[in-house]
Amino acid sequence: MAVVVILVLLAAGSVLFHLLSPWWWTPIASNWNYIDNTLIITFWITGAVFVAVVLFMAYCVFRFRHRPGNRAAYEPENKKLESWLAAGTTLGVAAMLTPGLFVWHQFITVPDGARQVEVVGQQWLWSFRLPGADGRLGTSETRDISPENSLGLNRNDAAALDDIIIEGGELHLEIGKPVKMLLRSVDVLHNFYVPEFRAKMDMVPGMVTFYWLTPTRTGTFEVLCAELCGVGHPQMRGTVVVDSAEDYQTWLTSQQTFSQLMAAAQTKETAQAGNAAPAR
Amino acid sequence: MVDIRSGTDRALGPAEVEDVELYHPHSWWTRYVFSQDAKIIAVQYASTAIAIGMVALVLSWLMRLQLGFPGAFAFIDAERYYQFITMHGMIMVIYLLTALFLGGFGNYLIPLMLGARDMVFPYANMLSYWLYLLAVLVLVSSFFAPGGPTGAGWTLYPPQAVLSGTPGGKDWGIVLMLSSLILFIIGFTMGGLNYVVTVLQGRARGMTLMRMPLTIWGIFTATVMALLAFPALLVACVMMLFDRILGTSFFMPAIVEMGEQLQHGGGSPILFQHLFWFFGHPEVYIVALPAFGIVSDLISTHARKNIFGYRMMVWAIVVIGALSFVVWAHHMYVSGMNPYFGFFFATTTLIIAVPTALKVYNWVLTLWRGDIHLNLPMLFALAFIVTFVNGGLTGLFLGNVVVDVPLSDTMFVVAHFHMVMGVAPILVIFGAIYHWYPKVTGRMLNEAMGQLHFWVTFVGAYLIFFPMHYLGLIGVPRRYYEMGETAFVPASAHTLNEFITIVALIVGAAQIVFLFNLVWSIRHGREAGGNPWRATTLEWQTPETPPRHGNWKDLPVVYRWAYDYSVPGAPEDFIPQNQPGPDNLTRETAT
Repeated sequence: MAVVVILVLLAAGSVLFHLLSPWWWTPIASNWNYIDNTLIITFWITGAVFVAVVLFMAYCVFRFRHRPGNRAAYEPENKKLESWLAAGTTLGVAAMLTPGLFVWHQFITVPDGARQVEVVGQQWLWSFRLPGADGRLGTSETRDISPENSLGLNRNDAAALDDIIIEGGELHLEIGKPVKMLLRSVDVLHNFYVPEFRAKMDMVPGMVTFYWLTPTRTGTFEVLCAELCGVGHPQMRGTVVVDSAEDYQTWLTSQQTFSQLMAAAQTKETAQAGNAAPAR
Repeated sequence: MVDIRSGTDRALGPAEVEDVELYHPHSWWTRYVFSQDAKIIAVQYASTAIAIGMVALVLSWLMRLQLGFPGAFAFIDAERYYQFITMHGMIMVIYLLTALFLGGFGNYLIPLMLGARDMVFPYANMLSYWLYLLAVLVLVSSFFAPGGPTGAGWTLYPPQAVLSGTPGGKDWGIVLMLSSLILFIIGFTMGGLNYVVTVLQGRARGMTLMRMPLTIWGIFTATVMALLAFPALLVACVMMLFDRILGTSFFMPAIVEMGEQLQHGGGSPILFQHLFWFFGHPEVYIVALPAFGIVSDLISTHARKNIFGYRMMVWAIVVIGALSFVVWAHHMYVSGMNPYFGFFFATTTLIIAVPTALKVYNWVLTLWRGDIHLNLPMLFALAFIVTFVNGGLTGLFLGNVVVDVPLSDTMFVVAHFHMVMGVAPILVIFGAIYHWYPKVTGRMLNEAMGQLHFWVTFVGAYLIFFPMHYLGLIGVPRRYYEMGETAFVPASAHTLNEFITIVALIVGAAQIVFLFNLVWSIRHGREAGGNPWRATTLEWQTPETPPRHGNWKDLPVVYRWAYDYSVPGAPEDFIPQNQPGPDNLTRETAT
């Protein structure tokens, strides 16, 4: 009999925990409230099924527990009941899958005119690259990475020279403007994850992955790595700032381009060579 | 067609294969150590699996201590933490769950439940165990190797698994892990072929496929799946071993590691993930299907009622087994694979929910109008249904591609898979041990210790993993050595982590009571007799308990299905499968 009480408490406790506990998602800062809505639908459907099954079990145990002289019924099959249950389940599953696939279609369809931002992961640091005045990102290659060209940009590509590079610093995004995050890694798997954006995607060395979003709220948000990438994994943090249009422009103009960085590195190198200092 | 429930002798053909004499042991060594008796091999498999499982339990304590009280234990540094989680995961999934369900229960139950004298290839069966033991020893040796075991996470994703930023990546750890898996797979293949051939060829006369107990259906289907899925893991392991030792680049693209250009190029890390999950997802059901089968028989026996919808249950097992081969990439929604895969894999994944849900309905409908004896196996079966339903339903979040995006790689995933393929199958294992221990030893397990073990384990495990989902919903990532100060994680979440750790320590301690009970009851348990649960299946009808080598005097003949409980008009509330007629008892009520 204790088991009946525990089963009822467990069903009720789970529902109360869901409704009353302080642990819920952090307020959203992107257009992906569609994802949140699908999640809520799923919570309601699955929650109802869970409570129904557990309470039905509790009732069965209570009502049909063994007492002297009891004998179970003999009922091998009930085709009608089984069909009804199968149909009901299929309906419930469809009710979750349909909105899910609909939103997934949105998630993978990048709107025309979305700005491009490249995120580069390495153990255990985030770097970013924005297109320069030409509005295009230049080509890059892991093989071209060197101390003065840490993202491996193609020096012979004019489109690359004016790209804006942010090494280990903050990424700023403009509110209300769709942005396609192009994700690249130079060493191992990483995952660019901002909880407030709800989106995440692995970064895989040897290929470029992506997702898109529209920031909907200004503020400063933490970037985490969500794919185990070695012992420094939990320390691999970064910062994304969502700015108003004005603040964004101010920030953008203060950033350095690839050619500026290369020129600076060259000056430094000549200076060091003059002082006969060690190369590193 | 033969009626599955009961039939006359018309259903029985003449014996097609003559009864064969087994190789009988001549010494203590060949009887108990290098034994070819499936029952001894089963106990060897189970003991080894439980022993290595205890290592995994201790590792889980250590990682929970770090998560609940970060930094309080100086010896748990980040490197060790990742080694602990990796070894915990791998041990639990492969070396405990797979080995115990198939090597342990498979070996013990297949010949006995089917009325065979032994497995069809006893020698290969023995080799299977010794390779398994060798695999376990190689795995354990990595704890003592320079650099320690691998810390790549149980999924062993390259390229990090073989690079220096990961513990054991450039030392022995990953090499020993891959070698151990290769040994395990070779050993399993020997055992697995054995189980399949025995089920297909070794059944007693009258034991048609559709009269087999669901336990056997579950183990049989899981074994077929494992034989098809493990080769994918085998080639993945061999290729990664080549990448690590010979410098090939199957999974290695051009990489700059800590500022240094590596000699690799052109390989695909995602290829490994496809191979791994082509094995890894069926693996979930390789563990789950035997649990489904066993729990069906536990519920039926202890509710004194036939399993509801037997044929539906069999087909659900087969359909789930088949579908589980076309859902693997739902583990990879955010891996960077072509996003259009998401439509296909989300659909197949959610379709699996239908046959799975039907199984759950049939379990609870078996309770309906039953005569429920709340014995320990029944309690564990009820607990299984609760945790399995909970974990299965959260699977609908993670399977539904777009809902997975925010939840993937968070503690929600950790909570989900522990509930559905950790807690739920382990509760079945416990129920099954309480159920069959009397057959293995001739004595009952102690009831008081069993009750304590059950309540702490069931309630405790639920308290650990149910709230953990909400940590993931907040956005706490999995595989974080420490969360640190993070704006979106409220301070109260740390309190929750402390709570989870404390409960985990208690639940772990309860397992020591269980182990003690296992040992203590061998001598001090109540005498069980041959059929203490008054069950119908053949293993309870052996002439001796524990059954001797060869199991039977004369091979049994089967006249009915495994679920003739509470048949109207029958003098007792169960009719063993090998009891002939009167078959009109069931005929009248069946239609």
